[in-house]
Amino acid sequence: MRKLTLAIAVIAPMLGQPASAEDTIKIGYIDPLSGGGASVGEGGLKTFQYLADELNAKGGILGKKIEIIGLDNKTNPQESLVQAQKAIDAGVRYITQGNGSSVAAALSDFVTKNNTRNPGKEVLYFNYAAVDPSLTNEKCSYWHFRWDASSDIKMEALTNYMKDTPSIKKVYLINQDYSFGQSVRTDARKMLGAKRPDIQIVGDELHPLLKVTDFSPYIAKIKASGADSVVTGNWGQDFALLLKAAADAGLKVNWYTYYAGGAGGPTAVKQTGLDHQVFQITEGFANSGNKAAMDYEKAFRAKVNLSLWYPRAVNEMRMFKAAAEKANSIDPVKVAAALEDLKFEVLDGGQGIMRKDDHQFLQPIYISSFGKLTESEPFDEESTGWGWHLVSKIDTPQAMVSTTCKMARP
Amino acid sequence: MLELIVISTLNGVLFGMLLFLLSSGLTVIFSMMGVLNFAHASFYMLGAFFGFQLTKWIGFWPALVLAPLLVGAIGMAVERYGLRNTHKHGHVAELLLTFGLAFAIEEIVSMIWGKSPVDYRVPSLLDFPAFTIFSTNYPAYKLFMLAVSVVIFIALLIVLKRTRVGLIVQAALTHPHMVGHLGHNVGRVFMVVFGVGSALAGLAGVIAGPALVTQSDMAAALGPILFVVIVFGGLGSLPGAFVASLVIGLVQTFAVALNGSLASAFGPLDPSAGPSVLTDVWNVTIAQVAPIVPYLLLVIILIVRPMGLMGTRES
Repeated sequence: MRKLTLAIAVIAPMLGQPASAEDTIKIGYIDPLSGGGASVGEGGLKTFQYLADELNAKGGILGKKIEIIGLDNKTNPQESLVQAQKAIDAGVRYITQGNGSSVAAALSDFVTKNNTRNPGKEVLYFNYAAVDPSLTNEKCSYWHFRWDASSDIKMEALTNYMKDTPSIKKVYLINQDYSFGQSVRTDARKMLGAKRPDIQIVGDELHPLLKVTDFSPYIAKIKASGADSVVTGNWGQDFALLLKAAADAGLKVNWYTYYAGGAGGPTAVKQTGLDHQVFQITEGFANSGNKAAMDYEKAFRAKVNLSLWYPRAVNEMRMFKAAAEKANSIDPVKVAAALEDLKFEVLDGGQGIMRKDDHQFLQPIYISSFGKLTESEPFDEESTGWGWHLVSKIDTPQAMVSTTCKMARP
Repeated sequence: MLELIVISTLNGVLFGMLLFLLSSGLTVIFSMMGVLNFAHASFYMLGAFFGFQLTKWIGFWPALVLAPLLVGAIGMAVERYGLRNTHKHGHVAELLLTFGLAFAIEEIVSMIWGKSPVDYRVPSLLDFPAFTIFSTNYPAYKLFMLAVSVVIFIALLIVLKRTRVGLIVQAALTHPHMVGHLGHNVGRVFMVVFGVGSALAGLAGVIAGPALVTQSDMAAALGPILFVVIVFGGLGSLPGAFVASLVIGLVQTFAVALNGSLASAFGPLDPSAGPSVLTDVWNVTIAQVAPIVPYLLLVIILIVRPMGLMGTRES
């Protein structure tokens, strides 16, 4: 009898295994969990795990539970492909990634090839943060969907704001030396040149990605250039250290950023003492004023102990569910078709749409500044006592740029 | 322009002195034992993490003393129980031991403290601008880093050149058997020197941690540049390491400040040639390649003067 019980105890989980595997939707989260990008990558992983738990508590997607599998790519394209293959071998059909456009380009290419070679075992790639415009232009892929606004959409919105700010006269550009940083600098030059030809670009710097440990020499250069504003796409450690060095040197300029809100960013900004002089451009933020989003932020912070950096991750997971339900299937091919032109009410309010032409999600964009909070703004960042304040909201129709994507459709 | 030169000089000297603090230990160990310690930057990292942890428990100032002592103790243990045993198998075995040690330390550190940067802050006592030149503030903490490095350099020189201990150490370097016959415990001298070298690296970690980033890959980021310093300065030469540290610190800082490229010196390439690899190379600025300039220096010195700036031995 005991032997029989033992045998059942050993065999039962084996029998149960395949059934339970089919009952879960595995999402491979491929982002840096070590090295200079780790703080950002770990925050993203916690966010997606929270979102999965939330969906699972409400019955999952089409009755299936969602499982997030964290895979460390060390911000390295080659390592990402190894991790992606590992994930696919383990039965993952959905991959999500965000940090590093060079990684995104490699993954997009990899997924496209994989799907050509393995019909019936297609994989979808949900990009939540890699914003290089080429991913939805010349390098676009049917299997890639992007929920963040591409860097030229963000720059379009940012320069529309800057052109109405007459105090801006001398602008310094400092960016990371890879595809995304380069697209920020070229877009900024092009768009500022067209909208405000009187603005002087007094510096245009590229520095190695996540390699610089001390930005003091760069800050000395910005100071010497006489700039009144800096535009930077820097993220992670590169942003925090840049601002830290600026604070040490007492550099007083306006900062126009993409990722001041990332890990360590707010702390670094507070140290500079630049009250409402650091601006960020995002698809949503904590104090946006939208009640549903603010309630969501509160619940998220209580559980994860982080700010919700990625409102777009919420949009991504919710749209995934909506598309799967529309297609009544979790088969990636059907989900991809259902996602095209899917309209969706975004977390921070307003309607977005997943553009069929290039799989770029179009959504309202916000410009916010970081500083002392008012009565109606409950959320600070990283316990600094300072938080984000709404400066400008750009609705979906004004936050669009055209695409050159010629997509190969299956 | 003058502003940029002054600030860059200050920044360069500071970075240089930090490099010296690190490479001094490496140089002393190398000249003593002929071992190129690949784990040296890992001792620096240990210093930073011990400093962070002890600062949390007992404050920065006790940590500044205790953390290097701890790292020094680990260094002595490594020499006593690791290197001494592998010594009879020759230098390659020793080299491989330190090489493996570097990876082991990185793994252990990331297991204990995680892979993200830790929140290691400048002590509040030193968290203010020391002085202002050309409207740029210079933080007091950086001045403190500079002062510590200078004091250590002078102390090292005096100990090695002017004291009895230094005499024995120098003698043990060239004639270990003779020193042994005179009744000195050469093994213990080696162990202490390795410990002191490691402690110096640890000290550099404690003071650099708050100013730079303290995370588990900081050793890997700094390791290669240390070898540039000791080869450039001359293997085994302490003054050489000092000069090389300063040169590399200054070169790297000033390279960032320079926007010059071949295109700006000789004019752009013929536009009719169209974009190609050549135009890319032609337009790269010195600032963009700043991080690799020290390695270029290494290559040049090895070709022109293989023993380094102040080195005495060919190797």
